[in-house]
Amino acid sequence: MQTQEIQKISSQVRRDILRMVHACQSGHPGGSLGCTDLLVDLYFSTMNLKTDAAGKVVFDMDGTNEDLFFLSNGHISPLIYSVLARRGYFATSELASFRKINTRLQGHPTPHEHLEGIRIASGSLGQGLSVAIGAAQAKKLNGDKSTVYCLMGDGEQNEGQVWEAAMYAPHHKVDNLIAFIDENGQQIDGPTEKVMSNRDLQAKYEAFGWNVMRMDGNNAEDIQNTLIKAKAALGNGSPIMIIMKTEMGAGVDFMMYSHKWHGVAPNDQQLQDALAQLEETLGDY
Amino acid sequence: MEYLSQHNPKVVALCADLIGSLKLEGFIKNSPERFFQTGIAEANMIGISAGLTLGGFIPFATTFANFGTGRVYDQIRQSVAYSGKNVKICCSHAGLTLGEDGATHQILEDIGLMKMLPGMVVINPCDYNQTKAATIAIADYEGPVYLRFGRPVVPVFTPEDQKFEIGKALHLVEGKDVTILATGHLVWEAIQAAEALLEKGINAEVINIHTIKPLDVQAILASVKKTGCVVTAEEHQYNGGLGDSVAQYLAMNHPTPMEFVGVNDSFGESGKPAELMEKYGLNANAIVEKAIKVMARK
Repeated sequence: MQTQEIQKISSQVRRDILRMVHACQSGHPGGSLGCTDLLVDLYFSTMNLKTDAAGKVVFDMDGTNEDLFFLSNGHISPLIYSVLARRGYFATSELASFRKINTRLQGHPTPHEHLEGIRIASGSLGQGLSVAIGAAQAKKLNGDKSTVYCLMGDGEQNEGQVWEAAMYAPHHKVDNLIAFIDENGQQIDGPTEKVMSNRDLQAKYEAFGWNVMRMDGNNAEDIQNTLIKAKAALGNGSPIMIIMKTEMGAGVDFMMYSHKWHGVAPNDQQLQDALAQLEETLGDY
Repeated sequence: MEYLSQHNPKVVALCADLIGSLKLEGFIKNSPERFFQTGIAEANMIGISAGLTLGGFIPFATTFANFGTGRVYDQIRQSVAYSGKNVKICCSHAGLTLGEDGATHQILEDIGLMKMLPGMVVINPCDYNQTKAATIAIADYEGPVYLRFGRPVVPVFTPEDQKFEIGKALHLVEGKDVTILATGHLVWEAIQAAEALLEKGINAEVINIHTIKPLDVQAILASVKKTGCVVTAEEHQYNGGLGDSVAQYLAMNHPTPMEFVGVNDSFGESGKPAELMEKYGLNANAIVEKAIKVMARK
């Protein structure tokens, strides 16, 4: 897919995120906006997804013979919900129910409510990489050649379980896995460097045995090129980690360059100001 | 596990650096490609197990009970129970009787932790044969299961070829005076207690509650209606254990005088298994005492 088309979809997804969070006055817009370009690329271009004869995506829990994505930093749920709906897993009208009573779009994603596209609960941080590794090993056992993707936050790197998983994957040569760290430099209590420094993530993962790449997570072209490079490096005995620089709140000028919008919903005026910066490309839900 | 390696190609095994203790050698020998060594990293082991279910595998995640439950409670809660994953958490060295290693390893809260999770099945078999039967049976059950067992060598008194039915209590001794509901290796102690009570002219009914959740409430209700009083026996805290489940059910459905054999809000300590069972009141003598006490309350 052309990067221009991806950018168009991303603009609509960003509108969805803002409107969802605004409607329930709750949720996490900052990281959702920051990772939009990656998820749109994965679901609309890079990932090989199961479809029916008419080309519509179909969901089954096992996900054999298709690429899988695991969201470890589950608080950016508005993003995954919007992307799944826009990709056709469920109706975009359901986005209006986000975080409301009786919804399948829980505050953090879960398969408990049988939402198409979600295979694991996440929200309590640090667990998604382990799950993705397990799914990647299941694919190997099944002789399934597809790829497993996983996104984590940079604040999430504080969690010890991440490093258990980081040690395990190269040891077991889980080389059908591409993981990402959203390096936006922010967490709830402030800049990651101040709260709990990650120091040199690239050196750390390389020391554990990962093939580490870097990209600009808000540049559609760089995302596409890096993913082509990463896919070409699969099957060589090492898992791949892409550290992607993003801007929290990307796409909305007043939400960028601060951790303030990590978990705060915009008010009516702020929503209007934000939407004015994002073209409605696919029609609001 | 060796049996499962030969009979169920979907079973995979994981272990956190305790292959010998969990007796996985046979499985690994038969199916090395279906075994995953995680190192001493239990949180990761639970997450990987959850991931392995995608694609149809049935992961058996194994370690000591303390490290397989308390240490990784949130991983089990989110990635397994809430996510509805078909993971079997199989843990040895539950309770006091692992002995000399002491309280850091002697978890007495694991039944409670696991039974509180919605949808989790909790099984505590009583001897080698029943543990083997349960291990085979849970592979055929779809959903998360916690299987706990102890370390010490205990008498093997159940049939080798038994069929294990999850949630189905087993009557071992018929009686009319007092019901003894036991789980795990306290079942053997309960049988000894029933013999001692018989010498005193008391007919105790002994039921093996190998499945704590779902609890066989019909079997329990039928027995206490007959005897009018009940003693529970387990290698676990009062809080959260079998006794607590039975008390909750009876309080709502058929209030009955009840006594508990278990550990009452205390940590364990180092010692030989028999010494610890004596000191913490977990043996046949303790069951006899509680049976006499509860009968007096009828």
